[in-house]
Amino acid sequence: MSDAMKSVAIARMIERPNTKQFISAIFQDFLEFHGDRLFADDGAVVGGIASLDGIAVTVIGIQKGHTLDENVACNFGSPNPEGYRKALRLMKQAEKFHRPVITFINTAGAFCGIGAEERGQGEAIARNLMEMSRLKTPIISIFIGEGGSGGALALAVGDYVWMLEHGMYSVLSPEGFASILWRDSSRVAEAAALMKMTARDLLQNEVIDRMFLEPKEGLENNLEFTTTEIKKALLASIPQLMQEELDVLLENRYQRFRKFGEFME
Amino acid sequence: MNLFGKKSYVSIDGGERSRKNDKRHKKAEPSIPDGMWIKCNTCKAIIYKKEVTEYKLCPNCDAHFRMSPAERIAVTCDEGSFQELDVKMRPKNPMDYPDYEEVVSKAQKKSGIREAVVTGECKIHGQAVVLAIMDSHFMMGSMGSVVGEKVTRAVEYATKKRLPIIIFTTSGGARMQEGIISLMQMAKVSEALGRHDEAGLLYVTVLTDPTTGGVTASFAMLGDIILSEPKALIGFAGQRVIQGTIHQQLPEGFQRAEFQLEHGFVDRIVHREKLRDELGMILRLHNSSESEGME
Repeated sequence: MSDAMKSVAIARMIERPNTKQFISAIFQDFLEFHGDRLFADDGAVVGGIASLDGIAVTVIGIQKGHTLDENVACNFGSPNPEGYRKALRLMKQAEKFHRPVITFINTAGAFCGIGAEERGQGEAIARNLMEMSRLKTPIISIFIGEGGSGGALALAVGDYVWMLEHGMYSVLSPEGFASILWRDSSRVAEAAALMKMTARDLLQNEVIDRMFLEPKEGLENNLEFTTTEIKKALLASIPQLMQEELDVLLENRYQRFRKFGEFME
Repeated sequence: MNLFGKKSYVSIDGGERSRKNDKRHKKAEPSIPDGMWIKCNTCKAIIYKKEVTEYKLCPNCDAHFRMSPAERIAVTCDEGSFQELDVKMRPKNPMDYPDYEEVVSKAQKKSGIREAVVTGECKIHGQAVVLAIMDSHFMMGSMGSVVGEKVTRAVEYATKKRLPIIIFTTSGGARMQEGIISLMQMAKVSEALGRHDEAGLLYVTVLTDPTTGGVTASFAMLGDIILSEPKALIGFAGQRVIQGTIHQQLPEGFQRAEFQLEHGFVDRIVHREKLRDELGMILRLHNSSESEGME
């Protein structure tokens, strides 16, 4: 199996630690807040406030389950528009109280359904992209599993974007890529390799800034191995970002995404 | 790629002579395929090509056919006022996707433009405005590095010159052949629009058929004012993807402009023949308030 396919399989494992496990491993006093104040509470997005060794932070993430029941409750980690709007509400709240925002991303993609379209999935994602790019407080985004397209990006316009060794991030799934571009869904492995969707590839093209190694025995067997390092990195980065002049912070975030694109003139 | 039920106009072949004839006309009417007769994909009527005006409407059912940027400029801008920006920009191959160069050059030959968007500055009813016009004839209007960069630069140019911007959208979504870099364009354009917004400037989106995927989930939905052409398909997910997820029939009119208006995502549906005047009116109403407020 190619490295890319191995990471895809690991990222999707049902045993893979989910956002709530990362939150309890890294933060203290997590208080979950619910609802977008507009329509509903989306179980696919969890968010609230917590303490990072005494620093008040806002934590938001896309939740997957380990069992069928859990997955039904969180819609298999595919948010509806109200999930993205809940995330934005909590980010604006963080801005008001000068709390840094940490997002955890683990989704096959934004949910595709009639209700999602009726309530403006496109608008919800678009709004998050624009508002995150100018949110007046630091944002660190961490890809812990799957990172499927716009539904992942909608929580990932951060000052820093980090990823676990077996996380992935792509414009669409390798299955979708193979079936749309080649009309041949059996060429998934080839697609995964070509798409440069692994943490190592993404580090190279600067889509992510940092990769966290996973334990040989599997993340599900030793979560602490990786969360200890994430916590160290957060404790080093957050005070540094909080000290930056707001203009500098926002300009750096702007340039972080402004630079992407390859073309000739 | 035929992802979004792309309309294809069946040409009724008039034989060798009319085909020759057509070569002369091709430049002026690139969206109408060869042949003196075309079939409207909406009402299925056979239409005499010369009955189709510069607005590219079906003379029988009023369907709004897809337009090229050149055709859009002709019915939108004050005559001769359009000055194109970033004319020479063309794609590279960031993912080393096999045959990407070939696919692009085929699309360039077919559409007569270098990429899926044309940007520039023009006047509408005498008022200066920046335009970005996407073209579904170029790889289904998909957004890769060039579309993202050209639109971002157009927005930044508008911010710098304190001008309003109008974007005509039509797109199947992200340019998959450019992989994750195409996804990053969504963030790039959106952040540029954020700064244009902070500067207190006007952004109008005109949604045209079809506007889907990553373009819907970024700049298409960020207009201060969002207009749409009648019956345009507008959505995030493709209809086949939704059907594959939920295994249900989609309701009649699902994701059309009228559906989006009903659900609160479009300000106004505007007939193409009235669009230029409405845009002129919107610009005028924003011009007066800005000069009073700012000066």
